[in-house]
Amino acid sequence: MRPGTWKFRREGEEGVIRIELVKRPQHSAFFSAMSPFIAFGLTLVFGAILFAAIGKPPLAALYSYFIEPLSEMWSVHELIIKATPLIMIAVGLSVCYRSNNWNIGAEGQFIFGGIAGSLIPILVPGFQNAATLPLMMIMGMIGGAAYGAIPALLKTRFNTNEILTSLMLVYVAQLFLDWLARGALRDPNGAGFPGSIRLSSAAQLPEIAPSQGGAHLGIVFAVIAAVVVWFMLRSTLKGFEVRLIGSSPRAGRFAGFSAPGMVFFAFLVSGALAGLAGISEVSGAIGQLRETISPGYGFTAIIVAFLGRLNPLGIIAAGLVLALTYLGGEAAQISLGVSDKVARVFQGMLLFFVLGCDTLIHYRIRVAGRAIASAMEKS
Amino acid sequence: MTDATATTAASGTLLRVAGITKVFGTLKANDAVDLDVAPGEIHALLGENGAGKSTLVKMLFGSLQPDAGTIFWKEEPVAVANPMQARALGIGMVFQHFSLFDALTTAENIALSLDEATALSTIAERAKALGDAYGLPLDPNAVVGDLSVGERQRIEIIRCLLQKPELIILDEPTSVLTPQEAEKLFVTLDQLRGEGKSILYISHRLEEVQRICDRATVLRHGKVVAHCTPANETPASLASMMVGADVAAVQRTGAGSTGEPLLEIVDLVRHAASPFAVPLSGVSLTVRAGEVIGIAGVAGNGQGELFEALSGEVLQTTPGQVRLRGKDSGRLGISQRRRAGAAFVPEERLGHGAAPGMKLSENLLLSRHRTDGKAFLGPLGVIRSGAIARSTKRIVSDMDVRKSAEDPEAAALSGGNLQKFIIGRELDRKPAIMVVNQPTWGVDAGAAAHIRQALIELARSGSAVLVISQDLDELFEISDSIAVMHNGHLSAPVPIADATYEKIGLLMGGAEPGHAARDMEVQA
Amino acid sequence: MDIAQNVILTIMTAATPLLIAAIGELVVERSGVLNLGVEGMMVIGAVCGFAAAMITGSPWMGVVGGIVAGALLSLLFGFLTLSLATNQVATGLSLTLLGIGVSGLIGESFVGKAGIRLPSLNIPGLTEIPLVGKLLFGQDPIFYLSILLTAGTTWFLFRTRAGLTLRSIGDNHKSAHALGIPVIGYRYLAVMFGGGCAGLAGAHLSLVYTPQWVENMTAGRGWIALALVVFGSWRPWRVLAGAYLFGAVTIGQLHAQALGFGIPSQLLSSLPYLATIVVLVLISRDRRLTIINTPASLGQPFVPDR
Repeated sequence: MRPGTWKFRREGEEGVIRIELVKRPQHSAFFSAMSPFIAFGLTLVFGAILFAAIGKPPLAALYSYFIEPLSEMWSVHELIIKATPLIMIAVGLSVCYRSNNWNIGAEGQFIFGGIAGSLIPILVPGFQNAATLPLMMIMGMIGGAAYGAIPALLKTRFNTNEILTSLMLVYVAQLFLDWLARGALRDPNGAGFPGSIRLSSAAQLPEIAPSQGGAHLGIVFAVIAAVVVWFMLRSTLKGFEVRLIGSSPRAGRFAGFSAPGMVFFAFLVSGALAGLAGISEVSGAIGQLRETISPGYGFTAIIVAFLGRLNPLGIIAAGLVLALTYLGGEAAQISLGVSDKVARVFQGMLLFFVLGCDTLIHYRIRVAGRAIASAMEKS
Repeated sequence: MTDATATTAASGTLLRVAGITKVFGTLKANDAVDLDVAPGEIHALLGENGAGKSTLVKMLFGSLQPDAGTIFWKEEPVAVANPMQARALGIGMVFQHFSLFDALTTAENIALSLDEATALSTIAERAKALGDAYGLPLDPNAVVGDLSVGERQRIEIIRCLLQKPELIILDEPTSVLTPQEAEKLFVTLDQLRGEGKSILYISHRLEEVQRICDRATVLRHGKVVAHCTPANETPASLASMMVGADVAAVQRTGAGSTGEPLLEIVDLVRHAASPFAVPLSGVSLTVRAGEVIGIAGVAGNGQGELFEALSGEVLQTTPGQVRLRGKDSGRLGISQRRRAGAAFVPEERLGHGAAPGMKLSENLLLSRHRTDGKAFLGPLGVIRSGAIARSTKRIVSDMDVRKSAEDPEAAALSGGNLQKFIIGRELDRKPAIMVVNQPTWGVDAGAAAHIRQALIELARSGSAVLVISQDLDELFEISDSIAVMHNGHLSAPVPIADATYEKIGLLMGGAEPGHAARDMEVQA
Repeated sequence: MDIAQNVILTIMTAATPLLIAAIGELVVERSGVLNLGVEGMMVIGAVCGFAAAMITGSPWMGVVGGIVAGALLSLLFGFLTLSLATNQVATGLSLTLLGIGVSGLIGESFVGKAGIRLPSLNIPGLTEIPLVGKLLFGQDPIFYLSILLTAGTTWFLFRTRAGLTLRSIGDNHKSAHALGIPVIGYRYLAVMFGGGCAGLAGAHLSLVYTPQWVENMTAGRGWIALALVVFGSWRPWRVLAGAYLFGAVTIGQLHAQALGFGIPSQLLSSLPYLATIVVLVLISRDRRLTIINTPASLGQPFVPDR
């Protein structure tokens, strides 16, 4: 018996019911727009079940996850701080995934952006002027892009699977940062604790509304990046190239586009944006280079990219939602004693539901029942 | 089985199909189809591309399930749930697009279709013995990916015969054969009929149906339009049953004038890029302004490789191997070759010539963003959707592309309509050089005639047209001369006045021109 | 000499989880499915194995718990990619993210607790044989299982009809479907086998290698297992060789860290990851070989016409 098939017996007749996928002639615009919402709704339902299963009041838990963090201004700022790197990285990943380049090493590119961007203020702390921040940001982007170029080079030159190489480089980057923060770049007056000197105010991204909370300029970069990439993908030849190579590589070659060129383009763009996110985090949110600078933003951004349906504007919304799960996790831990690990379960569930719902865009689901012909029983 | 049914089977039909209907989305692929096959007959299932022949036989073989109707096997109603069950009943199938596994050996391929476990060595012996008995030699230990199309078909047939079927379904078997290979197949089929086996023979080729089939069922748009005896019909009457209205014959206005050479291929060499590719060795050909040159050949003899080399998707090692309008172009990419006045239409429509999930307007941009950059692109590469929409509309009306929405995705068009769009996209540029691979493969008769006419008119207006095709009828219809591709070699072109099916067929089988007759004797 | 024996023993122990997870993934990929969720299934196997052992008090129940948990998680992947035809790369990634999240939640109450070690084999008389006794007769039971698994998988793939069928599906699922082979059914079984293996590999980590639960304790081993499948060009014994090579690199760098040498420990710790990259480059360089070895339908979604 095939999977997805159930036998039934009714009025003495035996038959089978099965769930079938039927390809739509055109993709469904309705489900294209709705699938993230359906997925979010399903996550809420299953989240409630999960809370009930671990003995917590489901509605109160959901409230503290998804509403409570939005009820106060400082907390909205926290939300924006968390959303900033997620959006920035995910926007870059959307270019990668649309062009069928599976960069899953954004976490490493984020770290290298953070390192490269903070080299100037750490090594030359006296260099404090109007050029400091722009230079840091540019250095961060170069650092991230350079680190992203490694898997691109290996893929184009040696045909090496970019999923595995980019992921391996994450571990290398984490260890490298750990070494820097405990060694070469450690604050000599830091009482032996790991971490660099604190960045001077000239090297810190300004807050956008200091009286209300800590959200920094990074969110502006993130929104600009999203809008620019959105326009590029939608309305320019380069965007057409990204989409064409991603959906039909052979047609892309027939169109005269270079597949290796696209590998580099995608990895450099996403690496630069991850690097910018990294230096923004160090300069705007942390204020120094530590042995760890990311609670897994580079991986959570993968979820953000898919939840935003690889559309940069959708990614802004998705980034805010995912940031909410981080904050909600903390809120629920305080108010209900729910483990903050639940947040990661939520994130994983959300991604699963998004992928499942995406099937509805290209397929109809048909439940087909059919009686097994009585002749069958004779033969 | 009871005695009663045995008697009815002997006197009645082997297979009978009553009211079979199959719906895909909004398309009725089969609409209340009736058909019966008697024991020991070759029964033709006739119909043009898209008529629903393949859908019907897939249901007979259990690969698809009918939405309505009944299949009777020896006058007993049966539900064929899957191919295993079909084989158990005694139905065998030789697929058009083979169902073989490239990475496995011949013997392993055969083992996979046998329902009882059998040692590979036993299978190899039996397959060899059976192959010798029917004149279908094969090597059990060869890896299928390395074999020619003809050899693959032999495996399919042997694999089918090993199951001792009573009914053999053959789906367009001669489309991958040279005329001489097809002759051999007909001998084998005759032998099978003599042994009392029934054959359901699917084809759109009228001559062969008239030659070998006892009865025929004609399908059009999913419906049975006629049951007939082919021997009592004329090709014209069969054709009008198949197509419905008369399809306008292609008009050849005047012979090809010999203008200046626009496309020159000079000793083109290409090494095999992948394990299963065909290397090109010393291909030379000149196409002049005003003429259509056809390249015939059995699938998989290097036509795809030649097309990629001409289009510039794959570059040559030296510039002089491909010359466009007198300029060395072997090192130019596809965009530069287009800018030099060349246009290309590949064999595969979805995924090569067009992106399935993209709209027609985007697919227009696909091949024309460099040649028409000024019209279609603004500063910073911003796409001018208005200009593109106007051009799309013009092409759609020029080529009579039928579509269901204003700007549908390419995958939503039928094969014929999409091909008309892709050809129209290139004709719209008025290219000096046009290279087309399989212009009407899988296209309905009306669209095919339209496309062929358009290619002839392009040539008559002073362009050089190169048509690669497996369809000999098509090449004889439109070419001024025909060259033949075999195993990576290209023969000298034969002027259409001197070309016969036999001559071209021998070249397709690999015979040297001039020595053709002798080679055939040696082979036999 | 005892030192050498102990070093080899630790290499084999370090290699065993890589080998088991890679053999599981090898079967999955031979069927044409790419499951990038090995890391997630492995970490779930580790935590569930640990939990089952703690709750029942039996390390054997831990092994069973790990296998079952890995297989169940893989079923989720199977449902999405096989029944709903989702993108295999994205789904596999999300399986890893989900697995890491869920394992953190399950394992929260076990952090810092001393675990139960699966006892090693001890055959009086044989285990004490000098030089080779411990290697041949004194290892943990999962080690022996991993060798059996390698041999058994080779036999299954290349000597049985079901193995031939599985390979045919990996080569061309359309042809297989046309012949009436239940493509999706075979793939479900392969995916669950891969999940069970990944779960077992995880349980080995938390019951043998370091009998405790630490969050994220797989530390990328699932990804290295994926690389090993490529390295072994989809052949079980070559995968075994690769796994032992990586075991040697891992143990070697640990010894180097212990000895000091003045090399930063972080650099040494990153060696297994760098080695993975180098190995992938070496093995993928020849495009023709890669095309021949890779199952042709790997990663392609399949929806049969009906």
